[in-house]
Amino acid sequence: MNSVLVFALAGVGLILLGLHALLVQRHLLRKVLAFNVISSGIFLILAGLARRAPGAEPDPVPQAMVLTGIVVAVAATALALAMIQALRTATGRTRLDDDGED
Amino acid sequence: MLVSLSILLLLAGAVFFLAGTLGLLRFPDVYTRLHALTKADNLGLGLIVLGLMLQADSLAAAGKLLFIWLLLLAASATAGQLVASWAQGKGIKPWRG
Amino acid sequence: MAWLNLLPLAIDLVLALTLLWLAWRALSSPDLFRAVVLFIALGLVLGLVWVRLDAVDIALAEIALGAGVTGALLLAALAKLQPGATDSAEPASAAEFAAALEGDPDTPRPALAERAATGTAPIALGSTLDERPVGAAAGTAPIALRWLIALLLIPPCIGLGLVVWRLWVPAPGLTDLVAARLDESGVTYPVTAVLLNFRGYDTLLELAVLLLALIGVWSLSPAPHLDDAEPEPALAALSRLLAPLMILVAAYLVWIGAQAPGGAFQAGSVLGAAGVLLRLSGWRLSPRATGWPLRLALVLGVAVFAFIGLAVIGLGQPLLGYPAGWAKPAILAIELAATLSIGTILAALFIGGRP
Repeated sequence: MNSVLVFALAGVGLILLGLHALLVQRHLLRKVLAFNVISSGIFLILAGLARRAPGAEPDPVPQAMVLTGIVVAVAATALALAMIQALRTATGRTRLDDDGED
Repeated sequence: MLVSLSILLLLAGAVFFLAGTLGLLRFPDVYTRLHALTKADNLGLGLIVLGLMLQADSLAAAGKLLFIWLLLLAASATAGQLVASWAQGKGIKPWRG
Repeated sequence: MAWLNLLPLAIDLVLALTLLWLAWRALSSPDLFRAVVLFIALGLVLGLVWVRLDAVDIALAEIALGAGVTGALLLAALAKLQPGATDSAEPASAAEFAAALEGDPDTPRPALAERAATGTAPIALGSTLDERPVGAAAGTAPIALRWLIALLLIPPCIGLGLVVWRLWVPAPGLTDLVAARLDESGVTYPVTAVLLNFRGYDTLLELAVLLLALIGVWSLSPAPHLDDAEPEPALAALSRLLAPLMILVAAYLVWIGAQAPGGAFQAGSVLGAAGVLLRLSGWRLSPRATGWPLRLALVLGVAVFAFIGLAVIGLGQPLLGYPAGWAKPAILAIELAATLSIGTILAALFIGGRP
């Protein structure tokens, strides 16, 4: 088994963990963490795909895509955190309306 | 010969990191753990950097590696001081064995 | 000694298992602070994994952005979400930041925000920053639902794993295509060529997304009140040492991006980190500078990129098609503007409100 395949499968594992946490955890900050873990899993699969090329040079296009993805994930995280803070100041809660009490 | 010396230094650095991590896990309070983290880890990093410098491609690359170590010394010293003074302000008493 | 050939594979296996374990612990930890710190550690190990995968640019971006900036954003958000900090002005200086983090807004405390950023964060320091204890039992869905969701998620993930396994045949992808046209692109490093020339449209939109996120953050709340308390002296000294150095490193990364891993995004993230460091050490922009100079710096990246992309239409090229021989100066101009913008946007995202 190729070591690159190991990392790609670890990416699948991260997606599984992140999806589970996204659906199950109620606190919005944890959902943001779960979203970031899912993105990392997807990037692992993409970057693993970049190393399928025979020879020493990895494929630069998936690597550029992952780079773009990381920046976009940071931007989305910042916006999500600002929205959580706004929700907190407006309603005093950090959970969405239909998620349990409080 | 240079490569074996560099491998030796890398292994020594790894031993120091292991010691530092052991200290992090086993020491009784914040202040002692800070000792383990800042001193042992930075020394380990210095040894690793020295080992890598012996294998560097050019003098410039070796200089950059040394620079990384010096920067990390400054950063971890500051971080250690900040954590210690925060812990002291929070009222955590040093462990007296 | 044939087992020595298996050593890299063993190391990669250990790294992958560490990733999975860290992710599981970060997502299931009951203490929110511990979860964030474990997430930062996950980002650092992920950086190592990127180096193992021969993707050094991604490693640079992951450690600077994924572990560094995201970690700083999460810790700042955690501080603002603590129960004691909602009614007062959000903590802005380092002293208030730490005070809010331990839930006591009255007594000034030294800063601790640096410790995660420098990577020497002792996870086992035992800080217990739970969110409100009320309703802690309802932190996640009931056990039956959790197991049900886990069971439902396993088949799609097995399917995804199978797809990844099947995709594992050596395939050249676009490597040869990029290598064949690398000379016309204006740079000698393939990833930079792809980012700024061949897939320049994606990068332009990515810069626009960053700016859009900042506009969203600005529209939600005004900037936290600035406190003129005495900054922590060790942190202030460190920032005086590091901030000029970080600007130098950013300039170096932009320049070296044409032939080695580097480029505008990594350099911009180092600049953003410098901005965060300065903010935490008590440095403040003068009110005059937060007017149009700040806004100019923010939009410069998108503006220059869009301007160059559209101006070449007047020269008979398609959108974003640099004319022959002009690719290198165009890419350099775009990268410099983008670095400045990305750094400013990241620092502004950390501050978290319109000035």
